[in-house]
Amino acid sequence: MKKTIYEARIDHIQILDEHGKLDEKLAKDTLSDEDAVFLYEQMSICRWLDEIAFKLQRSGRMGTYPQNKGQEAGPAGAGLALSRFGEKNWLVPCYRENIALFLNGLPMEKILLHWMGDERGNQIPEGVNILPIAIPIGTHPLHAVGIAYAKKYRGEKGVAVSFFGDGATSEGDVHEAMNFASAWKVPAIFFCQNNFWAISVPRALQSGSETIVQKGLAYGHHCVQIDGNDIFASYKVMKEAIDRAIKTGQPTFIEAVTYRLGDHTTADDARRYRDEKEVEAWRKKDPLIRTRKYLESKKLWNDRKQADIEARAKEIVDAVVKRAEGIEKPVFEDIFDYTFATLEGNAELQTQRATRRTTGLGQGPEQEKLRA
Amino acid sequence: MASLTLEPPPATDRKIAFREALREAMSEEMRSDPRIFLMGEEVAQYNGAYKVSQGMLDEFGPKRIIDAPISENGFAGLGIGAAMYGLRPIIEFMSWSFSLVAADQILNNAAKMLYMSGGQWGCPIVFRGNDGAGGQLGSTHSWSVEALYANVPGLKIAIPSNPYDAKGLLKTAIRDEDPVFFLESERMLGDTGLVPAGEYTVPFGQAALRREGDDCTLVSFGRPVNFCLEAADELANEDIHCDVLDMRTIRPLDVDSIVASIQKTGRIVVVDQSWPFAGIASEVIAQVCERCFDYLDHQPVRVTSDDVPTPYAKPLEQAYLPHKGKIVEAVKRVVGVE
Ligand SMILES: Cc1ncc(C[n+]2csc(CCOP(=O)(O)OP(=O)(O)O)c2C)c(N)n1
Ligand SMILES: [Mg+2]
Repeated sequence: MKKTIYEARIDHIQILDEHGKLDEKLAKDTLSDEDAVFLYEQMSICRWLDEIAFKLQRSGRMGTYPQNKGQEAGPAGAGLALSRFGEKNWLVPCYRENIALFLNGLPMEKILLHWMGDERGNQIPEGVNILPIAIPIGTHPLHAVGIAYAKKYRGEKGVAVSFFGDGATSEGDVHEAMNFASAWKVPAIFFCQNNFWAISVPRALQSGSETIVQKGLAYGHHCVQIDGNDIFASYKVMKEAIDRAIKTGQPTFIEAVTYRLGDHTTADDARRYRDEKEVEAWRKKDPLIRTRKYLESKKLWNDRKQADIEARAKEIVDAVVKRAEGIEKPVFEDIFDYTFATLEGNAELQTQRATRRTTGLGQGPEQEKLRA
Repeated sequence: MASLTLEPPPATDRKIAFREALREAMSEEMRSDPRIFLMGEEVAQYNGAYKVSQGMLDEFGPKRIIDAPISENGFAGLGIGAAMYGLRPIIEFMSWSFSLVAADQILNNAAKMLYMSGGQWGCPIVFRGNDGAGGQLGSTHSWSVEALYANVPGLKIAIPSNPYDAKGLLKTAIRDEDPVFFLESERMLGDTGLVPAGEYTVPFGQAALRREGDDCTLVSFGRPVNFCLEAADELANEDIHCDVLDMRTIRPLDVDSIVASIQKTGRIVVVDQSWPFAGIASEVIAQVCERCFDYLDHQPVRVTSDDVPTPYAKPLEQAYLPHKGKIVEAVKRVVGVE
């Protein structure tokens, strides 16, 4: 006897193509005209933040920074959906979805502050449902599943979404997270931005599987691949994923196919390993270009508005940089307070903390300057 | 400076096993705090690989006593997320040897989350399970993880030597706002001891003086404390009297009590079931030298496992681990008796 025991189909969804043409049928019940304009403006501001962050790094005013350039649309549409549907959704990010965080209430200066090398960049304001940026690759989807688990435990609505890259899917943690999410039917969503590179390692060398998204099939996820440079598609699939998670407990694995137009981080020079022709081809698919074309075709955008948003982006980002750079210098004793919830019962650290506070003993040159 | 007084025996005549003491701690806490759940391999249906959680599924149901797939890294990380979201997970590792596959989650995430978030996101989670050589389990399953993990700031390590402390320390661990690594021993789970039925806790960072003597300070934690007590009894027959300090927690470490004892005895032997290189015994001695070098009348001595993977064969494993004979010999050496 021979029979087929498993068959699967995975959809790829593109609603706004690279020429700015919209698939009206699929676009139904997705973004309104105002939404599309709003997201275009937000993406433009984020793009400018990237440019300025890059310059800050080059002029020594900031540490390493990972540009989001070219990948704004996926997190933009998904982020907007997360801010609208479900209740108290949680975002568990890595570092290439700034816009999703901003759309869900994270003040922009937090991102700069973090990459300038300040613990306080990861202090998330009360009421903003975002976890600190995870730098160990792929370890954080488990935390999202833990939050989703806790939500179910506490009888709350809403979802927990982790954002991660194609490279992260080579980590065991991500698979354990995917496995737990479906085994226990917790409201978790996996948003993978496949930008085809994990630093210098191309997608083809990362995994033998035909697509990234099909990895979710093995875990019983609803799987969908989207054009990651399309705000309509990402909004639509995230909206549906939230609904699915809440109604059925089935996790969704979203692969957003995109490309990073910049270097991996400011510490990288992608020209050393990427073919310029490949980059050039993706520049044509830039989410900003296609969204603008679309808005112009619908008479929702024009050169004057473009000039306005560029001016506004400069203003906003200038103010953000000022706030980030203007924060008072950190206090040395903080490092002890950040280590344990309380130093009660820890005589050693209590003593160290007290000694450093009263004598300034052994503080670094920066701290000594501050005290003088 | 800590004043040293002999730890009084528990005020009860009720005797229960170590594993029951652990279960009692968890159950009592779970009854009063609905945020607590227990998750691990075989903890529910099977009542625990070592029967620590016997009956807990019946009492608390599958929502709170949860069988996890064999995915230590997975349920450690999931627990961290749940802890960050306001629950109080107890994560059971069948053995701490299996925590090694979860190293990034427990060391790099649980222990760093508060720091990485500028003091914002605490991680109140307990990881617990068997530590140390369980008896011919071979080198991959016989880890004493205390030295390896104690190096990391941001976590706490409790390591009880008897049922009374097991219950009291575990209750403290569950209530703690920081990640706690709770190290049990398969070899002690059946040990019985006096354990009060009701509520009590044992604080972290306070050693217990188990025997009193002027000749030598014996410092240990976890299972080898019991070997120290045997050794102290034998030595007392030869008129050599030891302070025996049971540290109870490794982080925080109650160095004050060690110093106070050395000021009396002038001699120290540290007994540590992990490896000698960069171990807890080494740390204790380094701190002793920094704090009370002038009080030492003999160089400090360590009794540890040998610096090789844990042997498999019974006689080899026994010879490799600290035991009464080695401790007696070490104390005699530092007090100058042949
Ligand atoms: C556990 C771990 N291993 C390695 C690294 C170093 N590292 C940082 S980013 C990165 C590549 C990640 O690629 P991907 O997941 O595709 O995300 P992308 O940067 O492309 O957005 C690597 C290897 C890390 N931060 N953490
Ligand atoms: Mg990538």
